[in-house]
Amino acid sequence: MSLEPQEIVDLKSKIGREPTSTELQIVAAEWSEHCSYKSSKKHLKMLPMTGPLVISEKGYDSGVLDVGDGYVITAHIESHNHPSAVEPYGGAATGVGGVIRDILSAGTRPIAIFDGLRFGNIEKDPQARWLFKNAVTGIADYGNCLGIPTIGGEVEFDECYSNYALVDVAAVGFGKKENLIKNHANKGDLVVLMGGATGRDGIGGSQFASDSLESENRSAVQIPDPFIEKLIIEAILEARNHHLIKALKDLGGGGLSCALSETADTLGIGIEMDVDKVHTREPGMDPDEIMISESQERMLIITSKQKLKKLQEICKKFRIACSVIGHVTSGNLLHVKKGNKTFANISTEIVANAPLLDRTSKKPAYLETIQKEKKLRPISNFSKTMMALISSPNIASKIWVYGQYDHEVGIRTVVKPGQDASVLRLDNGKFLSVKIDGNPKHCYINPREGAIGCFEEACRNVVCTGARPIGMLDHLQFGNPENPEIFWTFLESLKGITDFAKYFKIPCIGGKVSLYNETPAGPIKPTPLIGVLGLIDKNSLISPKVEDEDCLIIIGDTKNELGGSEYYEYIHHFVGGNCPIVDFKESKRNMETVLHVIKKGIIKNAHDCSKGGLAVGAFELCMTNQIGCQISLDKVPGEKLDSDKILFSESHSRYLLVVEKKNFQKLETILQKNKVSYRMIGKFGGNKIQFNRGKKSLIDLSVDKAQKAWINSLRELVLNG
Amino acid sequence: MNVGVVVFPGSNCDRDMFHVLTDVFNLNAQYFWHEKGLPNNIDAVILPGGFSYGDRLRAGVIAAHSPIIKDVQKMAEKGIPILGVCNGFQILVESGLLPGVLLKNNSLNFMCKWTNLVVENNSTPFTSQFKLNQKIPIPIANGEGRYFVDETTLKKLKKHNQIVFKYDKVVNGSSDRIAGVCNEDGNVVGMMPHPERAVESEINPIDNKPSSLIFESLLSTMGVKH
Repeated sequence: MSLEPQEIVDLKSKIGREPTSTELQIVAAEWSEHCSYKSSKKHLKMLPMTGPLVISEKGYDSGVLDVGDGYVITAHIESHNHPSAVEPYGGAATGVGGVIRDILSAGTRPIAIFDGLRFGNIEKDPQARWLFKNAVTGIADYGNCLGIPTIGGEVEFDECYSNYALVDVAAVGFGKKENLIKNHANKGDLVVLMGGATGRDGIGGSQFASDSLESENRSAVQIPDPFIEKLIIEAILEARNHHLIKALKDLGGGGLSCALSETADTLGIGIEMDVDKVHTREPGMDPDEIMISESQERMLIITSKQKLKKLQEICKKFRIACSVIGHVTSGNLLHVKKGNKTFANISTEIVANAPLLDRTSKKPAYLETIQKEKKLRPISNFSKTMMALISSPNIASKIWVYGQYDHEVGIRTVVKPGQDASVLRLDNGKFLSVKIDGNPKHCYINPREGAIGCFEEACRNVVCTGARPIGMLDHLQFGNPENPEIFWTFLESLKGITDFAKYFKIPCIGGKVSLYNETPAGPIKPTPLIGVLGLIDKNSLISPKVEDEDCLIIIGDTKNELGGSEYYEYIHHFVGGNCPIVDFKESKRNMETVLHVIKKGIIKNAHDCSKGGLAVGAFELCMTNQIGCQISLDKVPGEKLDSDKILFSESHSRYLLVVEKKNFQKLETILQKNKVSYRMIGKFGGNKIQFNRGKKSLIDLSVDKAQKAWINSLRELVLNG
Repeated sequence: MNVGVVVFPGSNCDRDMFHVLTDVFNLNAQYFWHEKGLPNNIDAVILPGGFSYGDRLRAGVIAAHSPIIKDVQKMAEKGIPILGVCNGFQILVESGLLPGVLLKNNSLNFMCKWTNLVVENNSTPFTSQFKLNQKIPIPIANGEGRYFVDETTLKKLKKHNQIVFKYDKVVNGSSDRIAGVCNEDGNVVGMMPHPERAVESEINPIDNKPSSLIFESLLSTMGVKH
């Protein structure tokens, strides 16, 4: 139990008496950082959350966007960091389960999963390798069994995650607008708990997640059962079709305590329940345990007396347990009984609204000097450096990961994983493009600009598929907020994301804050993660194969921005330097131009420049298309820089376009008209990837050799160390 | 013609298969919950992929004891075309309608990737429109997809022309690179790859025509013009 002394005083004064033990447990769960957002809530209000496509309904755990023709998509992001750091398989799997139920709660069918994974240095650290391998299997086993494709994500390794793991899972749902659950309830309605039995797993999970990870606390980790989750999905959707659900809520952090108090508070109702009616996994559980257990695969349904029978029939068909645990009352009390004995009787308004905190913030001292550049040893053999970079865990192909995820089930996946963003087809003929991006190396050096960069990168990826960004999910992951320096980095990132979202009119439709991401070795680097959803009207960008004589064009300026780059950190082991900064006007101009030329069908392919810079971006194009390219660095627009900086700078707002020779003129006219900084820098053909500066050959590698290293190195590393 | 799509608890490709049958090939398709019986007016039965009973014990083994399997067996004896895809194949094997077993992939991992099949038998109701040795680009997605038979059974399979599809190269370590087999009569076919994921050009990055022939073969067997 983790209530602060002051919080206990507050609670007593609010209820005017001593709380019972069960009340204390309920309040402790709901007032935990994990459930209450008490450190962040005041500040999160700065994010723009409305827009022409945003549908707001009360009590939703996921964001809803209108995609036209009577259809909506829902989206949400969650993390399961603490559990995954202790038990990666179960932690990651239950992370998937939780976010899927958030999508289901709105009454939509989950259609895609995305995962963002972060671990320590897997080249040196066997523990990080073990965490990585098992988290991936956990996600695969859970998502695959559900028949929901895992179609995208990212994986990153950094020393700051040693002995720890960030497992972020985003999910997207799809459905008819008319089928959205409009949460409401009336006095006398029944409160039904459906799904898995309540057991002694995940006891106090939300409080465990609201503290630094110091000791292993296995009982706080939940046990996954994807089969039950699959049955719940089908049963809920069938019940939805029969209009049997008045209100719906997933049981996540804080278990019954949070689900009941939040539902009651949102709907302005009271709930009376009997813990003896809850179906449990083992006998003898006391009321406190039942109220805060975080056993998985459970849903709370409010239905009317008349519709209970039909609901029970559906549950019987799918052989999942459903118990009527209580009923709706007037007033706003959560009344927990065991038989006739009262264990808690407390205002849900108090439970669901933790006292919010004003955390102090202070700029961290390290930031004063971190952006200083350092003289680095010159590169004698760029081909060798390039091979090292494309085989490095952060840049190497993630096929070992997504090859274990069923990314085809549901038959919507138009653009498969491994591309800039994944694209799903929707029933109204439109396409949804989704990408999640984070960059803790940039965010460590500059929390504000780094966070903006993650946002812009996710937008670039989505734009490369021809989709216009329509919504954003943010997941803000930081260390202990009680440390003013950490809280400052949180605020800076949040302000940056807010500014970008407002400028580009991309509403935040959902998000999550995860704090206390620390081990005894210290906090993680600031790790905001941004998910961007984009919509393509009608025709999607099917990239035809890149062929001989096609031209490579770069859009956007390359600047001296290598702070936090893979080149500085992986090759030179240097943490510092100038963090890339997004120029909003340039960003917008470039984004609009790329969307325009894709829509006009002028280009064959668009790819963004991000990790590893221009060099890696061009290599990826060549390796995925199995074709060579001859590139001249002399023509790259931007500052006059040394060759290594042109190759590996991670400046934002840059795109690589592939255009057929005959269309170049057309493209050029548009680029000039839009005043976009661009140059044709190379020509495809042959089987060698070559970078030259003047007459000097810098990189000369065969596509086959590069491709082999890029595709196999991560698997080799996981399997053989 | 009427095609029955059997749904078990945990089936997850049933809706995809239904979409392909109805929206792409204009067939009448109907779902049948595993506890129900199959009516007599069904012309073909498809067991779709998924994780019936969460793949507990072994993929397909619990579903093989579902009430509906008795009806599937009866229909198989009558010569009605029956296709099992992925988990459906595993269920047909576990229920004894097809020989062999499906083991964990050699990689010990779940594998989702595009493969190439080679047609080895073009006289089944699901392959009649293929040329022998024709290639089919098609995705797999399974953890227990390695088809295994002992040497004696393999000889028997060859003798009775029961090998329907092979992979063009080793994918998961299956016996003789087998990806799909049929019963001795040829009317019951099981395959690990997913044809329903390959028949629409929008989601097939290579070529959707070959896999479409699986469904067109069924239509032609039934005398329906597409």
